[in-house]
Amino acid sequence: MEKVLTRNIGLDQKPTNLQAYEASGGYQGLRKALAELSPKDCQDIVSDSNLRGRGGAGFPTGMKWSFVPADEQCTPGHKYLVCNADEMEPGTFKDRLLMECDPHQLIEGMILAAYTIGADISYIFIRGEYIVATQRLRDALQECYAAGLLGNNILGSSFSLDMYVHPSAGRYICGEETALINALEGKRANPRAKPPFPQVSGLWGRPTIVNNVETLCNIPHIIDRGADWYKTLGIGEDAGTKLFGVSGKVNNPGCWELPMGTPIREIIEEHAGGMQEGYQLKGFLPGGGSTDFLTSDHLDLAMDYNVIGAAGSRMGTGTMIILDDRTCPVAMVLNLIRFFAHESCGFCTPCRDGLPWSRQVLQDIEEGRGQPEDLETLAYQVSYIGAIGNTHCALAPGAMEPLQSALKYFYDDFKQHISNGRCPYH
Amino acid sequence: MSKKQIIQSDMSSLLSAEEIAEIDAELAHVPYKSGAAIDALKIVQAKRGWVSDECLRGIARHLEMSDEELEGVATFYNLIYRRPVGEKVILFCDSVSCWISGCDDIKTAISQRLGIDYGETTSDNSYTLLPVPCLGACDRAPVMMIGDELVTHIDDEKVTALFGKAIRRAEE
Repeated sequence: MEKVLTRNIGLDQKPTNLQAYEASGGYQGLRKALAELSPKDCQDIVSDSNLRGRGGAGFPTGMKWSFVPADEQCTPGHKYLVCNADEMEPGTFKDRLLMECDPHQLIEGMILAAYTIGADISYIFIRGEYIVATQRLRDALQECYAAGLLGNNILGSSFSLDMYVHPSAGRYICGEETALINALEGKRANPRAKPPFPQVSGLWGRPTIVNNVETLCNIPHIIDRGADWYKTLGIGEDAGTKLFGVSGKVNNPGCWELPMGTPIREIIEEHAGGMQEGYQLKGFLPGGGSTDFLTSDHLDLAMDYNVIGAAGSRMGTGTMIILDDRTCPVAMVLNLIRFFAHESCGFCTPCRDGLPWSRQVLQDIEEGRGQPEDLETLAYQVSYIGAIGNTHCALAPGAMEPLQSALKYFYDDFKQHISNGRCPYH
Repeated sequence: MSKKQIIQSDMSSLLSAEEIAEIDAELAHVPYKSGAAIDALKIVQAKRGWVSDECLRGIARHLEMSDEELEGVATFYNLIYRRPVGEKVILFCDSVSCWISGCDDIKTAISQRLGIDYGETTSDNSYTLLPVPCLGACDRAPVMMIGDELVTHIDDEKVTALFGKAIRRAEE
């Protein structure tokens, strides 16, 4: 398979500088766009490519961009492009790789996205712990300004753009795009009510697009080589390639660029090298901590958004976490719910108070204090907290996904904890 | 002395001239002063290691915010420290992939070696131990950060190599 997003990423994972990036065809997409394509042309190409957001929700990127009002439809002023580089979904480690090893690919994608939507200021909102990625992006931005790829009149065109790296002060909810915008404005990162959507009223009340790192890294290739080429990369119903990852008790945990639609079995057994000796696969979260468990019955499914959705889970970030037969599913869900309870922004009651309640019930069960009625309590919490519309944003419903599917697939484990009065795994 | 002058002189005693200059540079990027609140907190923390009540008040006045509003911002974020921390902060990942890889036992080993639990600082002020959400290096779990350094594939040997010295220094 042709490598697209990781073509400059070798096993040594050394960063690619401007010279090396250009030598591999970098900034060709930008040169082509500024010379030959109008923003409308770029918009059409990205829409035609069927690129879907790689941050977790899978929203079509072209459609998202199309909601930004044209200059004549809004009051004069800035428009913003923001890269969501706040990679904090448990079990997710793909954007780190893209930023540390090929920062210019992201920057080129951002310049193209900004050109398309008419943004003149852009931010890379990166988590504060990504020290190496932050430095490499800053170095790359310096190279770009020196080479006329950023700043006024980029490559002699009439298009101008400034770009800043903005390290976060740290909170999972900043990955939610309206919370991220509040964080950029120096506020508590509580998500905003929608509408208005950020495309219309985002950062400082101005039109704003927030895209994930991996999403933006696709853009230079789509513009350079076209929507039809991009669509041929996927082997299932979705377009393009994707970084898929596996962590847990496998022989070769890691992250690989593969076609969209790659079967789960191939990812786990071939690329991740299968389970370590003495461990069996009991289940897995297909796309990070806020996705529903699937089991060995689902290994032959394709990693496509709708296929994984139809199986009752979500593609999420595409980085899988493996539950093995020697790890307690109740304790694993407890670990996840503890995370989400800690990272709740506290704005709405079902999330702020509901998640700690779930955590307490799970902890009681795990530590041998569970009562039979606790299972009804958990089912009630799933139905209430998990229902979209009962909470202010998607954090708490996301937190309920591993819990509801654990109750579905590993119900006997929960019951055994309660009837034995102890965790059967240790 | 007018009220305004008192506030200004109070403020200047709370923040250094260098800190004020750096915060003012951030103000160029925001349409109103409170927009630089997180940047200002980070600037002060970078110089002092943490944000004291006095510094918080100094920043709040400089940005024309109430202390309470800025406190709400400061306490929201995991990486703004409102209590003193040691020379290096250990951000220990306890999220799901590291947990599957046995991070609970490693955390216990580090706690025993350094004599501190989460939120505490060693008696010699070398380290503060804090839990951190998934560090995004799950293929190399278990992981933690010590200061700016990412430490991967942590096991007992690595814990001994990293902190053996620390505990001896504390005993001396």
